[in-house]
Amino acid sequence: MAAPLLEVENLQVHFETEDGLVKAVDGISYTVDRGQTLGIVGESGSGKSVSSLTVMGLTRARNARITGTVRFDGKDLLGTSEEDMRQIRGNDIAMIFQDPLSSLHPFYKVGAQIAEGVQAHRDVSKAQAWDRAVEMLSLVGIPEPRKRADAYPHEFSGGMRQRAMIAMALANDPKLLIADEPTTALDVTVQAQILELIERLQSEFDTAVVVITHDLGVVAEMADEIAVMYAGRIVEKANTDTIFAAPEHPYTWGLLSSIPRLDAPRDEELVPIAGRPPSLINLPGGCSFHPRCPYVREAHTKVDPELKPVPGAPGHEVACLLDSSVRRKLWSELRSGVKPAEARSDVMEEAR
Amino acid sequence: MSVSASEATGANPVAREKIMEVEGLFKHFPIHAGFFRRQVGAVKAVDGVSFDVLRGETLGLVGESGCGKSTTARLLLRLMEPTDGSIKFEGREIAGVKGNELKALRREMQMIFQDPYSSLNPRKTVGSIISDPFAIHGMHKDAGERKKAVQELMDIVGLNPEHYNRYPHEFSGGQRQRIGVARALALRPKVIVADEPVSALDVSIQAQVLNLLRDLQRELGLTLIFIAHDLSVVRHMCDRVAVMYLGRIVELATSDQLYSHPRMPYTGALMSAVPVADPRLAAAKKRQVLVGDVPSPTNPPPGCRFHTRCWKAQEVCRNEDPPLVAKDGGNLAACHFPLSDAEVLERVPSARNVNG
Amino acid sequence: MAAYIARRLLWAGFLLFVISCITFVIFSVLPAGDPAVARAGRSPSPELVEIIRVQLGLDKSKPEQFVNYIADILPFLGGNGINFGFSYQTNTDVLPEILERLPVTIFLTTGAVILWLAIGIPVGMLSAVKTGSWMDRLAMGVALLFISAPVYFLGLVAIFLFADDIGRFPILPGNSAYGDADSLLGRAEALIMPWCVLAAAFAAIYARFLRGNLIDTLQEDYIRTARAKGLSERRVVFRHGVRAAITPIVTLLGLDIGILLGGAILTETVFNIPGIGRYAFNAINLSDLPVIQGTVLFGAFFIVMMSLLVDILYAFIDPRVRY
Repeated sequence: MAAPLLEVENLQVHFETEDGLVKAVDGISYTVDRGQTLGIVGESGSGKSVSSLTVMGLTRARNARITGTVRFDGKDLLGTSEEDMRQIRGNDIAMIFQDPLSSLHPFYKVGAQIAEGVQAHRDVSKAQAWDRAVEMLSLVGIPEPRKRADAYPHEFSGGMRQRAMIAMALANDPKLLIADEPTTALDVTVQAQILELIERLQSEFDTAVVVITHDLGVVAEMADEIAVMYAGRIVEKANTDTIFAAPEHPYTWGLLSSIPRLDAPRDEELVPIAGRPPSLINLPGGCSFHPRCPYVREAHTKVDPELKPVPGAPGHEVACLLDSSVRRKLWSELRSGVKPAEARSDVMEEAR
Repeated sequence: MSVSASEATGANPVAREKIMEVEGLFKHFPIHAGFFRRQVGAVKAVDGVSFDVLRGETLGLVGESGCGKSTTARLLLRLMEPTDGSIKFEGREIAGVKGNELKALRREMQMIFQDPYSSLNPRKTVGSIISDPFAIHGMHKDAGERKKAVQELMDIVGLNPEHYNRYPHEFSGGQRQRIGVARALALRPKVIVADEPVSALDVSIQAQVLNLLRDLQRELGLTLIFIAHDLSVVRHMCDRVAVMYLGRIVELATSDQLYSHPRMPYTGALMSAVPVADPRLAAAKKRQVLVGDVPSPTNPPPGCRFHTRCWKAQEVCRNEDPPLVAKDGGNLAACHFPLSDAEVLERVPSARNVNG
Repeated sequence: MAAYIARRLLWAGFLLFVISCITFVIFSVLPAGDPAVARAGRSPSPELVEIIRVQLGLDKSKPEQFVNYIADILPFLGGNGINFGFSYQTNTDVLPEILERLPVTIFLTTGAVILWLAIGIPVGMLSAVKTGSWMDRLAMGVALLFISAPVYFLGLVAIFLFADDIGRFPILPGNSAYGDADSLLGRAEALIMPWCVLAAAFAAIYARFLRGNLIDTLQEDYIRTARAKGLSERRVVFRHGVRAAITPIVTLLGLDIGILLGGAILTETVFNIPGIGRYAFNAINLSDLPVIQGTVLFGAFFIVMMSLLVDILYAFIDPRVRY
């Protein structure tokens, strides 16, 4: 088997602040193969964006302490000089962001902003770079690309701006595209357009994609594999089907049952996750999810669970101290409509 | 057009009384240009909208940004003056009320805003934020009595009443939204408009606020007008739903009807565009991707406003504006060529539930 | 755009009219020294004062005086040409006197503007890029010092230190040198000290302003995008950061130039430079109403025009702005 395109190993990103050490990313590992899509799901403050910016070498704060390894195409990125990193950014690894309006410079023409990225990495004339920009705009489905290249970002609609961002990101045929909440700021019909566009371009150019989102629907439609992050850690990782059909982490359950779904009966009861995400400075002891977990036991407040393979499910890893058989039983009860509180008393007694 | 939606849809077994009646509502924002600032056009944010709100129901308004749903809501609350049209609240015309009458009306209708961060004054304690409506309307003048009323409200929305003296920044996003809810409830209004109340919140927190709103609505018998762009949330929350496009209502039906039998192709496209948190279903469903963008509300297309993006559009759609009338299944829809059940089944995940 | 400019010009005219009304009220209706007495010299006879009063038109009613005054600005109202009135003190038309002093004020302003931009902008940029470094702290500390020191204090300190007649280190032409200089170079030399003193506070303000702006701009999403494209840090900061951060400076600069063209009163007075500012200062001392009104109106004219110019310029600098 060929080496993965991107290999992140035990990545830690900590920020030293006056209030204490912020453990934004606290030891995460994942791999992305060529042409594959990894979905990273989490709420704000889970570390999903910080970890990806670190892969790009864009965690620039002077108080950041980064450890671990990030191997891209066989190269260790964390040890790379800033100049070499600059040549990788926008060339081998590209990124698109949540808000396409604020992510484009208001004073420069869209075509010029794309051409600038081309010229940063290719030895081409201004005219050639401009032609490439027009070509990319047409590729992402912008009508009259030559005319639109001459327009400013504020003259584009939201969807068109995100298309332009994608054109910019893919202008140098990157091997990896990191999409940070690419459709969160967009309307649902535009979101469908953009998701379809990313999928089409991905299959056309065999680009690997890391999509970061809080929206489980988006990853269900896009990702091959999903990593669920909570408080700076990956708490569950599996292929997409498994995450939705047989999740084993109580946080993943919580996410799945707290969103209303179009494919479920209308009167389904939403089960929110109690409490709120912890402060990254004072993480709770033991499992960091334990204060919000309905199935918490005494030991969970002391032992920090590691991400471990689920027995009998290759590729499925979970960081939970409950026994796998207990977890499966709990999930099947939850799915059949049992409230967490009731499930807890039954199954937990048994497990004890 | 005056056919009441509740009668037409026929799906509401308990004939509920109308608390609000909206007829031919318009809001045009003028555009001025030239030396004398002549009006050269208008943004037709709300362009002829008629519907009823039933007492005790949750009515959803959905649509993409710029469709006029928030403007409609602000007009209902008379936070804006309509350009034309009639709004009746409990049978009384309120489209033109001013001054004290308007102030009195504010006690009946309240709003919950989207952003729990910017809609609360950071310099005021939670107690004074929630009691502001009392002060404005001269209620509970006695300090002790007011405090008691505020703490009661905090308890109702699931906040710790002892946190009366804390400031908004000491609360999380979900808790701040609860503060907003408590403030809206302070005057015991009959109608509450919630404008995207959960879209700024984290996923795990959203459900807390949605459940709270639903419970309060049931317990207090409130009439809730719920505006959101998230179709799954709207389906979950609402009894009836109006779909808006370019300042018009293009489809109106009970939630069950709308989500299982959308008639208007735009509604179908919206529903098929929603990503479903189920990879198998996601793979199986046909994603109806609409081409292009929403046309400008300054100059909406002639005929059916949706024809420029509709895959079923024909000559008649370009010329004739379809009226909002009852289609088969009972939905009110403004469409010349409504969707067939087969088309719906292919595209809309929520249709599968009902049809097996 | 043309309609916009036309409307703004009309508005500017109205504004200037209102300003002349206000100055007239402040200096003529409110009690102040009697200009006729001031004109008449030492211990004048009441008859002489009365004659002067009639000469100056001060015997007429206030509204009449105002109409006469306006007529000197807008000749179609029956005055004899645009002259901004007649100085009580020097027996001359005000407008020629102002125009004669204008080049001096322009010279002073231009030099100072170049100086403060040349210092303020690089310092602000460097401070923003190296936030928190010793350089940043030093620059911002010095800037605070200059902002807090008033021009008359800084000017006097400069004269006591460097003026070639009374200074500790007599290296620069001092007070009144401008009037004595006969060549352009000599005048420029005479202005070195005023330029520096005038520019000091402005350079400090601009440096701090640009620093703050640039720090904010460098946090923007589009800067992150520029970095993600793999642009060099130099290009990110200058082409993307400074370009956006410097735009508000245009507004500031336009208004500052407008204000100074109306007369840098303190600087001109301290260094005894024969510009509009000193002319206005003297007129205030002598209750020379027509001159006060003339200079105030002139200053207001520059401010109004510069702010119009800035707004027009903005349409070219920021593509989002359209009129």
